[in-house]
Amino acid sequence: MYLQIMEQVKQKVGVGDWPPGEEIPSIRAMAVALRVSVITVKRAYLELEREGVIVTQHGKGSIIAPDPGLAPRLYDRELEDHLEHAARIGNLLGLTEDDLADRLREVSARLNTDIPAKENA
Amino acid sequence: MNHLSVQFTSVSKRYPHFTLDDIDLELPTGSIMGFVGANGAGKSTTIRILMGLVHQDRGTVEVLGRSMPADQATAKRDIGFVSEDMRLYGTATLGWHMEFIRSIYPGWEQRYADKLLHRFDLKPEQKIKGLSHGQRVKAALLLALARRPRLLVLDEPTTGLDPVARREVLAELMAVLIDEQRTIFFSSQNTLDVEQICDQITFIDRGRIIDSANKEIFLDRWRRVRLMLPPDAILPRLPGIVEVGGSSRLPVLTINQFDPAMVAACQDAGAAVQAVDAMTLEEIFIANVQSRRESTESVVA
Repeated sequence: MYLQIMEQVKQKVGVGDWPPGEEIPSIRAMAVALRVSVITVKRAYLELEREGVIVTQHGKGSIIAPDPGLAPRLYDRELEDHLEHAARIGNLLGLTEDDLADRLREVSARLNTDIPAKENA
Repeated sequence: MNHLSVQFTSVSKRYPHFTLDDIDLELPTGSIMGFVGANGAGKSTTIRILMGLVHQDRGTVEVLGRSMPADQATAKRDIGFVSEDMRLYGTATLGWHMEFIRSIYPGWEQRYADKLLHRFDLKPEQKIKGLSHGQRVKAALLLALARRPRLLVLDEPTTGLDPVARREVLAELMAVLIDEQRTIFFSSQNTLDVEQICDQITFIDRGRIIDSANKEIFLDRWRRVRLMLPPDAILPRLPGIVEVGGSSRLPVLTINQFDPAMVAACQDAGAAVQAVDAMTLEEIFIANVQSRRESTESVVA
């Protein structure tokens, strides 16, 4: 469950809802808002701090790390994870690196044509 | 101020057909403990001892720094208690009950009570006998919450509630905890509720506490490890294996002292680790109870 909370915080940072330096809810306030236990939120905040996403000042609460490169870096890390996963499955299927690159190009092309189509609808 | 709101030390109570055996329990102030057990495991007896309603044969019980049952009258000023067998007066209205409680407890907060009426969708002019089960539970909870007790003791508060009412009740319990000086102890058969809102988890089975820890530690310790074992390899000896399931080639280990280093130990033994899965509280509870029961049975046999 703490992983879901971490994901939610990172998403808010990623899309810019929570800019660098923004004060985030206290552990207890977050727990009440999400209806999850205090200890779970505490765990999520600790891990987020370890990853450098938030900074906790004792007695003052937590803020989003005052680092303008944070949001792109979070996305970059997520991309890296997905690519790794794709590469592993590609290996299992016996795809060559070129095959894998082609598949990625196809997906990317499909998405790029899908998006304008949706906008027209 | 005492940092423990509830402390049981070696508490026992013997009945002709049931024994509550050597119970140790600690509930830190500001947290919620979920007290989980099957029917007849000893949950209600433990709660009655906590409330001073049943006297233990041995051991000491301290609640909010008061010794139970000796100082129960003083302790109960600050305890809100809701249980299923608690009866409200059927022919009286909820409003009458609210007035009654208010006249006894100086901590009663009318504004909070009104807010709860609204949130729980209850009306003061309703007579208790006309309420549904869910409404009765919410009414009893309202009467306890609006006193702003330092300790809430709830015996199966979510049993028999529909999903909407359950959600409202859990949200209100969480809202209590915004104040770090308040503490909740609740028993439940619903491991989902416990997994969601509790900080501390205690499992009871057949009158004994079989595990008690903070939830994150609890969930981290338990894992299911799925292995693929080559024909000549043997299963590595690991601490805390509670159950070995699956087939001999594809064993599934249930482990209660999981450590990431175990993955390497399995690989060193020639086994391929296919997956390490986290377990839900429900799965943990069942595995825990089953393994304890099997081991006590093998000792008896």
